[in-house]
Amino acid sequence: MANDGIIALTWNRVRLLKESPIGMIGAFLVIFWIVVALFAPLLAPFNPNISNMDALIDPTPSAVNWLGTDNQGRDILSRIIWGSRTVLIVAPVAVFAAYVVGCLMGLIAGYYRGWVDQVVNRIADILLSFPAIVLYIIVIMKVGAKATNIILAVIFISSPQIIRIVRGMTLELREREYVAAAKMRGESALYIMLVEILPNARGPLIVDACLRMGYTTIAIGVLGFLGLGLPPPDPDWGGMVKDTYAMMSIYPHMSLFPAGAITSLVVGFSLLADGMREISIRD
Amino acid sequence: MLAFLSKRMALLAFTMLVVSALVFAAFEFTPGQVARKVLGPFATQDQVDRLTEELGLNRPVVVRYGEWLGNTLTGDLGYSTLYKTDVNKIIGDRLQNTLLLAGIAFAIIVPLSIILGISAGMKEGSFLDRSISVASIVTTSVPEFASGVFLASIFVIWLGWLPGTSPLDTGTGWSIWQQLVLPVCVMVLYDLGYVVRMVRASMVEVMTRPYIRTAILKGLNFRAVILKHALRNAMIAPFTVILLQLNYLVTGVVVVEAVFAYPGFGRMLLEAALAQDVAVVEAGALFAVLISVFTQIAGDLGYMMLNPRIRFS
Repeated sequence: MANDGIIALTWNRVRLLKESPIGMIGAFLVIFWIVVALFAPLLAPFNPNISNMDALIDPTPSAVNWLGTDNQGRDILSRIIWGSRTVLIVAPVAVFAAYVVGCLMGLIAGYYRGWVDQVVNRIADILLSFPAIVLYIIVIMKVGAKATNIILAVIFISSPQIIRIVRGMTLELREREYVAAAKMRGESALYIMLVEILPNARGPLIVDACLRMGYTTIAIGVLGFLGLGLPPPDPDWGGMVKDTYAMMSIYPHMSLFPAGAITSLVVGFSLLADGMREISIRD
Repeated sequence: MLAFLSKRMALLAFTMLVVSALVFAAFEFTPGQVARKVLGPFATQDQVDRLTEELGLNRPVVVRYGEWLGNTLTGDLGYSTLYKTDVNKIIGDRLQNTLLLAGIAFAIIVPLSIILGISAGMKEGSFLDRSISVASIVTTSVPEFASGVFLASIFVIWLGWLPGTSPLDTGTGWSIWQQLVLPVCVMVLYDLGYVVRMVRASMVEVMTRPYIRTAILKGLNFRAVILKHALRNAMIAPFTVILLQLNYLVTGVVVVEAVFAYPGFGRMLLEAALAQDVAVVEAGALFAVLISVFTQIAGDLGYMMLNPRIRFS
């Protein structure tokens, strides 16, 4: 087992997932949306940003517009399909960036301890004492609503929690024999942190990353819903709900379909994380 | 104990100082803007300049921060450019409305999560356990605005039982209580599953302890084992988690309040941030940090009281 590469280990995990029906449902939902996002240009029947004024006479679902059109006569199915791209590009990049920051700072704090640990902890504490959504609003208000800025906001909100997890595991793992052996060999601190400690902390981190993808998807949706998401007209699911929420009493389908889309993706990530947790307990 | 409290209080003061400075820095914008907001778009540039001068907004940011800090310490939270009144006058009402919402949600979440968590955790892997666990994963995964849309379609549009907005104004023909139902439901749905999973995890752990096995083997009926032996010990670890939910319920309700147009603390903070009303955001951020840190301290203290191993060491 120790000599297996990361890829082999990951593949083992994927095969094990078959034993968890809940995890399989989650994986199915996530893969479904990844496929939709990848093939958006082929799958979407219409241009998501072009209004069809004729459809406005009756925007409810029909043979032409399967899920109906929104308040501007744009095809909802096409907007949901293209919207999956937004979320599935921004969320993974943002979570990855938060992990880079969180892992590095958590490793440094846990490995060196002392005053470095104190400082990192204090920063994490301060960021964690802010309600996440208020922090999102302040960051986005300050830097403006763009994809890169949403990623920046996610780094601010997510990395303190990642720091906590990584630091805790580093404190435990740094006492292991293989770390002592690496030190004896004269490896650098950076090598020990990244090659000896981090790979051995991966189990809980993979589960956390999957959950965090779900939270980040919610956060992107919420920002869109509050009017702080990506600038129009490109579709994002939260923004689609916001634009049509006021008309819900007449045309509930306009809000229901995008709300259903985001819910199914987040549920997918959460169930997948649960399946992986079940597996990691077993091995 | 005294040392613990004084250390936490010092840390609280430090955190609030840093947070307020960060918010102040984040909202640092061109000096004319505040005066422009107060006077409206039709005021002349001359008037704007004069008010800017009068309000002292052309002084360096450090001086203004010092002044704001001094005023805040004497209990004056400043003037809201959005609501055109003193921050002190609005923040109390808004907090009260949110506390009402949070209080009801908390009163539902605590007993419900304990009952569900204990039922799921007492027999790990049972059908009941799997059902409760999966249900709690699914409900916490629904974004609040999405569950708002789902619930509103059913209870507002389809059945017509409840109002779709909750302005806490009886002029709409709906009673205050009817207006509170949907916001509370959304908060409970979003938050409950997390607490249930924490209680469940703790219960599962307690059930593997030797004293539980002893109790079962000595012939005590299962009900008595759960109520007398497991329940109390299983509640020690989730106690902190449950208290921390107050934090989410009071300061994290921005989305719920936005969905239902509820006149609370969260929506005030959102509106103020969107309008760049720095005085309100500062005050809101300070209260948010205060609530967050106090629930943490209360959680730690409660944990010490409940856990004899820490209490007597």
